[in-house]
Amino acid sequence: MSSQSSVAPSLWEGGRSPYATNSKKFGMWLFIISDSLTFSTMLFAYTYSRVTNPDWPKPFDFSPAIIFSTVMTFCLLSSSLTMVMAVHAMNHGNRKATVRWILATMVGGAAFVVLHTSEWLKLINVEGVTPFKNPWGVPLFGGTFFALTGLHMTHVICGLIYLAIVATGIARGKFKAEDVEVSGLYWHFVDLVWMFIFPLVYLMSARVG
Amino acid sequence: MITAAVPERENYLNNAYGIKSWLLTRDHKRIGLLYLFTVTLFFFLGGAFATMIRIELLTPQGNFVSSETYNKLFTMHGVAMIFFFLIPAIPATLGNFFLPMMIGARDLAFPRINLLSWYLLVIGGLFSLFAMLAGGVDTGWTFYTPYSTTYSNSWVIATALGIFISGFSSILTGLNFIVTVHRMRAPGMTWMRMPLFVWSHYATALIQVLGTPVVAVTIILLFCERVFHIGIFDPTLGGDPVLFQHMFWFYSHPAVYIMILPAMGIVSELVSVFSRKPVFGYQFVAYASMAIAVLGFLVWGHHLFVSTQSVYAALVFSFLSYFVAIPSAIKVFNWTATLYKGSISFATPMLYAFGFIGLFTIGGLTGLFVAALGFDVHVTDTYFVVAHFHYIMVGGTIMAYLGGLHYWWPKITGRMYPEGWAKLSALIIFLGFNLTFFPQFILGYLGMPRRYHVYPDEFQVLHVLSTAGASVLAVGYLMPMIYFIWSLRYGKVASANPWGATGLEWQTPSPPPVHNFDVTPIVTHDAYDYSTVIGQEVEVG
Repeated sequence: MSSQSSVAPSLWEGGRSPYATNSKKFGMWLFIISDSLTFSTMLFAYTYSRVTNPDWPKPFDFSPAIIFSTVMTFCLLSSSLTMVMAVHAMNHGNRKATVRWILATMVGGAAFVVLHTSEWLKLINVEGVTPFKNPWGVPLFGGTFFALTGLHMTHVICGLIYLAIVATGIARGKFKAEDVEVSGLYWHFVDLVWMFIFPLVYLMSARVG
Repeated sequence: MITAAVPERENYLNNAYGIKSWLLTRDHKRIGLLYLFTVTLFFFLGGAFATMIRIELLTPQGNFVSSETYNKLFTMHGVAMIFFFLIPAIPATLGNFFLPMMIGARDLAFPRINLLSWYLLVIGGLFSLFAMLAGGVDTGWTFYTPYSTTYSNSWVIATALGIFISGFSSILTGLNFIVTVHRMRAPGMTWMRMPLFVWSHYATALIQVLGTPVVAVTIILLFCERVFHIGIFDPTLGGDPVLFQHMFWFYSHPAVYIMILPAMGIVSELVSVFSRKPVFGYQFVAYASMAIAVLGFLVWGHHLFVSTQSVYAALVFSFLSYFVAIPSAIKVFNWTATLYKGSISFATPMLYAFGFIGLFTIGGLTGLFVAALGFDVHVTDTYFVVAHFHYIMVGGTIMAYLGGLHYWWPKITGRMYPEGWAKLSALIIFLGFNLTFFPQFILGYLGMPRRYHVYPDEFQVLHVLSTAGASVLAVGYLMPMIYFIWSLRYGKVASANPWGATGLEWQTPSPPPVHNFDVTPIVTHDAYDYSTVIGQEVEVG
């Protein structure tokens, strides 16, 4: 099957590059595809529960709940923009600017987590929503709400740790441009997931009229 | 006798010694052996539970263990065998070892992640092992709600957490394989030149990456339901227990293909090598693996024919289940056609391949029985189903796994196993297997339900036959364990290519050097082109 001859060692590493990508980036894409199945399953369970319960509560007033969650969304989406800037800066070899943009991204993400946590605390302490009951109707509302948003928040917190590691590596001159890009992929994915959760969990649960 | 001190060639086994060189290794070959060690432990653990089940079923009165203990025995048998043996068995051991070698790569794409995935399996295994030792779990390996969430008083959480953690091992292994196959192939190794073992592992990896997250979320929700009682599976709070079954089987049916596809890959290799012919219809067999991976995601509903699923959904799932039989049948026909006019040798691995083809066919055809709506209602939750999936899992997967272990043993260890003993044990396993599980088809058809240990007297004869078969099977499984270990020291030293095979893994010394190949192989022929190995010495055949 094979004839053997010596070949330059460079052929071992990426003798071919499918979709013009390298191993790390390709691996991250596969992880994202895999993880999107995680959220799809959770969203499916939520949607199924919602449509099978006609009296599903719609508790969120436009003000302050929807406005508040819109501000959260704004923080998270802005951090996607700063992430793009970080990748851009790194592609131009500007490590200092890269670190600054990553830190800006982390500020956006952290703001999201803080606002989200305060929203949770308000729901739990003031409105009396727990995973087992809520004042508005089907008890399952609380369970699915905390499960979905909790799963997403876990991803955001993991992303913050990940970005901190990348920023440190860049500042010390260790990591390469592709490492920033790969972490950016993850960050954008987490933002994209929120763009499914925000309408399905918040906007569709807005109290209208 | 004193042998001359010929310095042994450096290979992956003798380049470093000590426990640290194993626990911190990033060599895919050593990690494959770590997996081999781990899954073998779980195989014998699951086997021990099976032994107790079969002893209990010798008598109709149910007087060996209590009902509660019996529930725990079949649950822990299932958990150990499915999640910690069958799912990792072939991909994580033989796949880990040979997938990179077969495509001419130096290692997997992410060696560190490869080691991490072994640790995840071990940690998950320890959680489940803890649950087993602490008192066991009694829900059945399927964890159906509401029993698992509300009523069971056993170690559901620890077991489920173990499965959850080991799931990440499966995802990361799959991810690693896909990237490796895309990016690490040697020059000239085009997609249509890849060995079918690689194709089947690629298809398996897709299922691992796409299916496993679903069961992960299912377990999270099970956890939330049991600990916090959020109500997602509880109708009094607005949930639905059948939702659990849908989510569970959306992963767990494709998981059946995680277990069988790599086995099919091994059989493709074996049938070709030991009939010295290229696999008939190579492209069809390769694409059949992909078709199974895709169609496998569309048939989960056939586990819910009696679970208040709508009859229209059941009809569609029944139809799709017949559909998935087509690529499997293509493979069986093509292996058979490969044998035609082949120069067949009856070496031990080939005996296992023959065993696989016959037993998998029986398992597959009875799969069509249970995919039929009417017949399934008759045999749901009977021993007919138990016999069906043991023909696939034991008659199929374990046969192929043992065949693969024998076939690659000389490459892994540099030693030949004793052929006579190996043939004898293959025969014992085949006979013991059929004696164990064929009576269970009849039992199930006559109405013996699964998961009961007290049964009507008229079923005793068949149960005694099955238990007798199980003891024969146990002897058959212990024999390779003994002579494999024996061969490490006393086996005949193996040459680089004892079978005259064409795969790249055979074109490098046995055991392989640390980086698999001394020089990068350049591939110029299709897989299974035996004109390239004419003249090479064949030691066994």
